[in-house]
Amino acid sequence: MPLKTMPWLRLVLGTLLLSSATAWAKWEVNMTPGVTAISREIYDLHMIIFWICVVIGILVFGVMFWSVFAHRKSKGAQPAQFHESTFVELIWTTIPFVILIAMAVPATKSLIKIYDTKESEIDIKITGYQWKWHYDYLNDGFGFFSNLSTPSDEIHNKAPKGENYLLEVDEPLVIPINTKVRFLVTANDVIHSWWVPAIAVKKDAIPGFVNEAWTIIEEPGTYRGQCAELCGKDHGFMPVVVVAKEKADYQTWVDERKAAAQQESGLKDKVWSMEDLMERGEKTYATYCAACHNSDGTGIPPQFPGLKGSAIAVGDKSAHVDVVLNGRPGTYMAAFGAQLNEVDLAAVITYERNAWGNDTGDLIQPAEIAKIKAAQ
Amino acid sequence: MSSDSSYQTYYVPEQSKLPIVMAIGLAVTVFGAGSMLNDMSAGRADSLAHWIFYAGALIIAGTMFNWFSKVIKENHAGMYSDQLNRSFVWGMSWFIFSEVMFFAAFFGALYYVRNFAVPWLGGEGEKGISNMLWPQFQATWPLVNMPDATNFTTPKALVDPWHIPLWNTILLLSSSVTVHFAHTALKKENRAGLKLWLFVTVALGFTFLALQIYEYAEAYNHLGLTLNSGIYGSTFFMLTGFHGAHVTIGGIMLTIMLLRVLKGHFKPDDHFGFEAASWYWHFVDVVWVGLFLFVYIL
Amino acid sequence: MSAVIETHDHNHHHGPAKGWQRWVYTTNHKDIGTLYLWFSFIMFLVGGSMAMVIRAELFQPGLQIVAPEFFNQMTTMHGLIMVFGAVMPAFVGLANWMVPMMVGAPDMALPRMNNLSFWILPFAFTLLLSTLFMEGGAPNFGWTFYAPLSTTYAPDTVTFFIFGVHIIGASSIMGAINIVATILNMRAPGMTLMKMPLFVWTWLITAYLLIAVMPVLAGVVTMMLMDIHFGTSFFSAAGGGDPVLFQHVFWFFGHPEVYIMILPAFGVVSQIIPTFSRKRLFGYTSMVYATSSIAFLSFIVWAHHMFTVGMPLAGELFFMYATMLIAVPTGVKVFNWVTTMFRGSLTFETPMLFATSFVVLFTIGGFSGLMLAIAPADFQYHDTYFVVAHFHYVLVPGAIFGIMAGVYYWLPKWCGNMYNETLGKCHFWLSFVGMNLTFFPMHFVGLAGMPRRIPDYALQFADFNQISSIGGFMFGATQLLFLYIVINAIRSGKPASQQVWESAEGLEWSIPSPAPYHTFSTPPEVK
Ligand code: HEA
Ligand code: HEA
Ligand code: HEC
Ligand code: CUA
Ligand SMILES: [Cu+2]
Repeated sequence: MPLKTMPWLRLVLGTLLLSSATAWAKWEVNMTPGVTAISREIYDLHMIIFWICVVIGILVFGVMFWSVFAHRKSKGAQPAQFHESTFVELIWTTIPFVILIAMAVPATKSLIKIYDTKESEIDIKITGYQWKWHYDYLNDGFGFFSNLSTPSDEIHNKAPKGENYLLEVDEPLVIPINTKVRFLVTANDVIHSWWVPAIAVKKDAIPGFVNEAWTIIEEPGTYRGQCAELCGKDHGFMPVVVVAKEKADYQTWVDERKAAAQQESGLKDKVWSMEDLMERGEKTYATYCAACHNSDGTGIPPQFPGLKGSAIAVGDKSAHVDVVLNGRPGTYMAAFGAQLNEVDLAAVITYERNAWGNDTGDLIQPAEIAKIKAAQ
Repeated sequence: MSSDSSYQTYYVPEQSKLPIVMAIGLAVTVFGAGSMLNDMSAGRADSLAHWIFYAGALIIAGTMFNWFSKVIKENHAGMYSDQLNRSFVWGMSWFIFSEVMFFAAFFGALYYVRNFAVPWLGGEGEKGISNMLWPQFQATWPLVNMPDATNFTTPKALVDPWHIPLWNTILLLSSSVTVHFAHTALKKENRAGLKLWLFVTVALGFTFLALQIYEYAEAYNHLGLTLNSGIYGSTFFMLTGFHGAHVTIGGIMLTIMLLRVLKGHFKPDDHFGFEAASWYWHFVDVVWVGLFLFVYIL
Repeated sequence: MSAVIETHDHNHHHGPAKGWQRWVYTTNHKDIGTLYLWFSFIMFLVGGSMAMVIRAELFQPGLQIVAPEFFNQMTTMHGLIMVFGAVMPAFVGLANWMVPMMVGAPDMALPRMNNLSFWILPFAFTLLLSTLFMEGGAPNFGWTFYAPLSTTYAPDTVTFFIFGVHIIGASSIMGAINIVATILNMRAPGMTLMKMPLFVWTWLITAYLLIAVMPVLAGVVTMMLMDIHFGTSFFSAAGGGDPVLFQHVFWFFGHPEVYIMILPAFGVVSQIIPTFSRKRLFGYTSMVYATSSIAFLSFIVWAHHMFTVGMPLAGELFFMYATMLIAVPTGVKVFNWVTTMFRGSLTFETPMLFATSFVVLFTIGGFSGLMLAIAPADFQYHDTYFVVAHFHYVLVPGAIFGIMAGVYYWLPKWCGNMYNETLGKCHFWLSFVGMNLTFFPMHFVGLAGMPRRIPDYALQFADFNQISSIGGFMFGATQLLFLYIVINAIRSGKPASQQVWESAEGLEWSIPSPAPYHTFSTPPEVK
């Protein structure tokens, strides 16, 4: 059983530290009004229904508590005899019905607006993976993965937790303000759900289908959310971060991105040294593989095999390349050939074959990977 | 409500070992079936799980046999009142209703994929944008070319509704009529007619099954239409397959009724076992009409 | 071996057998009711212990006690066990005990099948729980087991889960058929439909819901089984299927299922409130119609669980409106209960305490349900702790308090002894405080953006989670008191009178306490 050591001690300490825990956080108790017209509309809708419920609650519970206090046997209350009245039944069927219609009208209006995805200026395809997001800028032809960047030491209580614990990524989604951005949401494996509260967009990412959503953000800033559909082991560890920039800043960012993509594609023809590959491989491994195979290569048996000293990582090189490129269908091991570029693939395989005492000395060049990929 | 006398003779059975044995049988069966499927999918050739499954199925079959024998004996001993027989009527009717709902799930799935999922994947309708993931794919029904054909068997042709399925429709519909004739004969105490019509019904039922098996063999061996042929194959085989399973059950029930008739069971005013089996048969028949329409023709 | 029941003096022939055989071979509705109730309580403790693991892990941010894999198994098993193992069997247990007595029948309509319905359950849950110890671990895809997480990406044990669901479903269908047959066919002379106690009415309607939707659940798990082992593509777009199809079929079962878990509780409360108000239930007829309307509507609202899957606009609107409509008949029920109390002569023994707080807290849960029904707002609420708060408010002070109210109310009739009233009140107040402490803060963290089904969370949610956990431990520990109270009453409670409660009405109070092993062997005349 995956019990960790000394949990109860932690628990007791935690209780004692309840007061200091309070210092960590501001007490948030309500929905955020957000930073878009739609999010504010939803917030208002939320508050209207909330207050209607409060008022009805006060009335109903009021009558009840009045009876509880005033009509007690101990106070000598005699039971009345009435037990039926079609008239009041009709009243209290009709009034709630009218109230519901009053709620439904603004809700319908908002919904129609939310569904209007036409006339977007920028289209971004969002793909959910176990457990990261991929963003494709369809108009500009580049894309990248966005991974959790909270260090695993913080998660395992070995280091103090940072301010944006679990809500930080290596590469956020960047979009311009005051621009209608359309999101085309889909998934690669299981269902995920892309959610950013501040812009009130939550859309399920369904493998094989595409859902549409849109936003117009009004203020520059960083907006954080999380995956909102159970998607397996690390569902709690796939945050969404959106950075909204002024239009001009956004344009500069796009240009930089394109240039970087250009440069990156040049790297795959270069001949790499062992150190460079290992350095890059370590990073790639930490980002893409450590979630399942653990940062020290021990895996999480029995479902997730360790790679440290494993037959495949110290054995036949081409078998190793094959698993990483094509995955193992029907298991959590995905086909990374479709996700990573040649350099990262070469680097991570080289790393796995030489780290944690797997000293095979093997070195795989990006060009080799490119050849294998082309042959498939 | 009925007269007082029917209450006073209400039969509450003694303690019984049947249910617990049945429960154990069910548990063994599902445990065996689960292990068997897991071993099969994992390719474990030395698996013995199927023996557990068979053992469970045997326990279930044996218990059912004893259970029904006991009910029949008790009825013959005159322990059952009209009221108890009405309980059986309610029980059987709502059991058939639950079966209707089971088929509804699969018909619902067929409706959904035909009218929503497949057109969306093919670029039509409100979620037609999904087609960007499958640019080569075109929606057709029956669906023979899958969005991603790599992992599926593509059928060369489909079952022609106007051959075997049409014959099967005729067979089943007439068997519904013949079972009704048998029932009328039973009520008129015409034993010869009862035997004849019931026998004809059973024969029609098993001919249907034989043709259905032949059709499956054709589909698998010559047409390349299998469970693995995408959503068309999935809905086709699941609907017709579960129907076939129900025909088998209904056929067994009617066969037992025939054997009981030959042993001289049933009276014109007391033959609920027969009626239950014939209702079940009519239900199986109605489902087939739905199938013929929505799976084969449309 | 004949056991034709004619007169009372036959009873000594077929009183309870001795030893374990009494329970294993029994065909007596009271024995089977008892079995169901104990089984359900054990499952409540098991499922509750899993909730304790969840709450302990969520006590603080960071991973401390369990790994995420195991956390997901706990969440899934907690939901499954509470729904299928605790709440549903408890209500079937109450029905077994009370329905025959309330309609003046000698037993359930089909006693041997009744025994089978029960005995399937211990085997099914043993199978389900044993997956915790198998390779790959227990089901980890949530109690809603959405495909493809539960098909392509599931551990092997999903096969056992599927077959487990099959036999649990068979048990429920048989139980429901039995109840329908009993209510429609076994009523004493003069017990017309509109004279039936409301508990019987709510169970009749619940039984119909069960017969209609359990087969659909069986259908959807069968499709999963085929996708996993036989290459079909119901839930895979590559073959022309759709993962969302799974959700439609599941929720066609799932939404009526949540009313299956609340309608019998409505029935229990409708028995208790008039008794302790010493006043007839207000609006009996409208209660019957309201319950039927809720049941009808429950079939056309299922996709409110799927507002974010990207349904076409028309579907979204339809399901939003239909869902909102359910507030109307439910409101009628709430108003009727309150009016029953109004100008009554109230006392607050333990059953009434639970029933009164049921009305208030269930309504709060209903209000949050109504908020969830507003589709655009649900885009913010969906899959957050706001939903978790909603459904625990309708399930814990709803279903569970309803069951407990019923147990306190009828226990003296079952075992012939009174429970300890002081301890009962303690149990109530500790539960009341613990439960609110656990689930009220979940509204806040949910609105502030905490997703559900996560083993670790961002720092701003820490305080409220800590409060929730403390409340959860308190509520959980309190249930051990309940266990003690029940055992104490059975073994050494003061003998109870036939009537038990001052102004209780109904056939069950016209027979001695404890109720004799066979009741109404000669049917009573009703009015
Ligand atoms: C006993 C179980 C139970 C009950 C009774 C209900 C009752 C209701 N539920 Fe709930 N629900 C669940 C159990 C239950 N639910 C569960 C388990 C889930 C989560 C499943 C999962 O995902 O795991 C869920 C989830 C759920 C969702 C999906 C949320 C999401 O995932 O995003 C929605 C959305 O519409 C919803 C709505 C409702 C509504 C409108 C009612 C209504 O029936 C409530 C009606 C009652 C009232 C409204 C109060 C009384 C009325 C009045 C006093 C009258 C006047 C009032 C007004 C006019 C405002 N529920
Ligand atoms: C009737 C149904 C029911 C009931 C009664 C409960 C009862 C409780 N639930 Fe339940 N819960 C669900 C149905 C129910 N739940 C469902 C359907 C889900 C969704 C699952 C999913 O997402 O798939 C869920 C999910 C769920 C979550 C969210 C998990 C997640 O999203 O990751 C949480 C978190 O706190 C929670 C907590 C609790 C607690 C603290 C109780 C307490 O009331 C339990 C109290 C009972 C006991 C504790 C047992 C008795 C005591 C002992 C055995 C003694 C030992 C204990 C101590 C000494 C402390 N539940
Ligand atoms: C989502 C979890 C997950 C991630 C992320 C993941 N793997 Fe795996 N990996 C698995 C699983 C599960 C297996 C075992 C598959 C099987 O059962 O055959 C596996 C197997 C392997 C194997 C074969 C090991 C053996 O002994 O059979 C290699 C090599 C491997 N992974 C490399 C990688 C690399 C490189 C990455 C990152 C680029 C990676 N994995 C990311 C889950 C994952
Ligand atoms: Cu991705 Cu949850
Ligand atoms: Cu619902």
